[in-house]
Amino acid sequence: MLELKNIYKTFNAGTVNEKRALNDLSITLNDGDFVTIIGGNGAGKSTMLNMIAGVYPVDSGSIIIDGTDVTKLPEFKRAKYLGRVFQDPMMGTAADMWIEENMALAARRGQARGLKWAITNKERNKFKEMLAELDLGLENRLSTKVGLLSGGQRQALTLLMAVMKKPKLLLLDEHTAALDPKTAAKVLALSDKFIEEEKLTALMVTHNMKDAIAHGNRLIMMNNGKIILDVSGEEKKKLTVEDLLSAFSKLSGTEFANDRALLS
Amino acid sequence: MLLSFINSLPGAVAQGIIWGIMAIGVYITYRILDLADLTVDGSFATGGAVLVVCTTSGMNIWLSLLLSFIAGCAAGLVTGILHTKFGIPAILAGILTQLSLYSINLRIMSGSANLPLSVMKYDLILSLRDIPMAILISLLFVIVIIAVLYWFFGTELGHSLRATGCNPAMARANGINTSRNKIIGFIVSNGIVALSGGILSQYQGFANINMGRGAIVIGLAAVIIGEVLLGKLFHNFALRLFASVIGGIIYYIVLTFVLCMGLNANDLKLFSAIVVAIFLGLPYWKKQISEKYGNNKSVKKA
Repeated sequence: MLELKNIYKTFNAGTVNEKRALNDLSITLNDGDFVTIIGGNGAGKSTMLNMIAGVYPVDSGSIIIDGTDVTKLPEFKRAKYLGRVFQDPMMGTAADMWIEENMALAARRGQARGLKWAITNKERNKFKEMLAELDLGLENRLSTKVGLLSGGQRQALTLLMAVMKKPKLLLLDEHTAALDPKTAAKVLALSDKFIEEEKLTALMVTHNMKDAIAHGNRLIMMNNGKIILDVSGEEKKKLTVEDLLSAFSKLSGTEFANDRALLS
Repeated sequence: MLLSFINSLPGAVAQGIIWGIMAIGVYITYRILDLADLTVDGSFATGGAVLVVCTTSGMNIWLSLLLSFIAGCAAGLVTGILHTKFGIPAILAGILTQLSLYSINLRIMSGSANLPLSVMKYDLILSLRDIPMAILISLLFVIVIIAVLYWFFGTELGHSLRATGCNPAMARANGINTSRNKIIGFIVSNGIVALSGGILSQYQGFANINMGRGAIVIGLAAVIIGEVLLGKLFHNFALRLFASVIGGIIYYIVLTFVLCMGLNANDLKLFSAIVVAIFLGLPYWKKQISEKYGNNKSVKKA
């Protein structure tokens, strides 16, 4: 479904702030893979997702989604293949627009937008059903401005918008990091549900090692812009946080450092 | 003094409505796209110049007005390209287009800074010779323009424009070409601004190279006065556009009032700038005060 081949990316090349963010990164995702990504500060986790989404161009290498080489496509054209949820709950929705308007925008991801009416009544009913499934009481607030919702509600809505038009690949970039533990658990459970029901291929960056172990069928660990550990199947199920920490120091030669890593 | 104010009130209302049309154009860039577009100082005069030149050369008045609109669209296209393809910040892109339009407008008017357009000689749509009629006709323009914009911003494309202004990252993540949408916004906005320039040149009976000087300030004044006074009342999009027109009318009534009170006409621009600065500051001060006294509502918004 996704193929990254020898991706290199250096930020601020030629300056004192030069930072090699991705260093010969390669990975292949199979259909239906749900991969969790962990790694220390500056390991390149978010950069990897941003490269796939086309937020910045790569220095070299190629990105292939479902057989299509998207390496040269601008961000808005790649959106056709991707559902995205960001760390910042403010980032995935348009605050000044209504819930139904946001959903209608997402429903047309990857389609040409013309002079047809932006929302049909049929869609409105469908949106209501979808919102009811979130169980956040949003189904009767279609014409509420998204800016008035809580961070958790916005993140759940963003998630719904990311999957309502089935994406080839779902990118979750620490999407529960800014939420309180209870809300985070709920959004995470919703992510699991959508991914399973729709049989999505997904990449989830997380700073929580327990979450990384508990979710998905495959786990990768990144360090200095490279994948240093890639476990899946039965082997992944048996992992513990201690395993991951010792694997990290063995493979990278340093201690695991992440400002937000929760080891509990 | 009061009598002269009352006498000039209808004229103020008519001018306010015509400038209100211009403010609708400003609303599109300033409020919907969240960009300050200074092109309008130039494109307003372009609209006036094109209309007078076309009409005096014998063209049908409606066709002339259409050409004014198209000329404004072209100006908007230039700013849009400078902003999105040259990577120039929107304010600077607008200033560049505005500056170049000064020369272009002089070219359109064959080098003269002022071109008369007599209502006696040409079949104009409106004129200050008949102010009540001018008010009525310009109000009809307002209604038609708001109706068309209401429809446009209710379409898929219109929604994608709103998303572009509100959250460009989200827009791109949902497959929206934000650069193209910004260009469309600049085009529509400046088209409407030039149209109102074309209407004003008929109303006042001439086009002048300086008629658009400070137009952005008047447009912003109208938008902001409308919002500050009617923002709580008007939630519907069409009504919010109409609030800008009302803002324009109020602005011109106040202007006429201070002129009748003896304000030197030379000080008018200074006065306009002060009015806009105060109205721009009001929402900010309000927020500061409520934050200082712990009003949770405004904190949540921030």
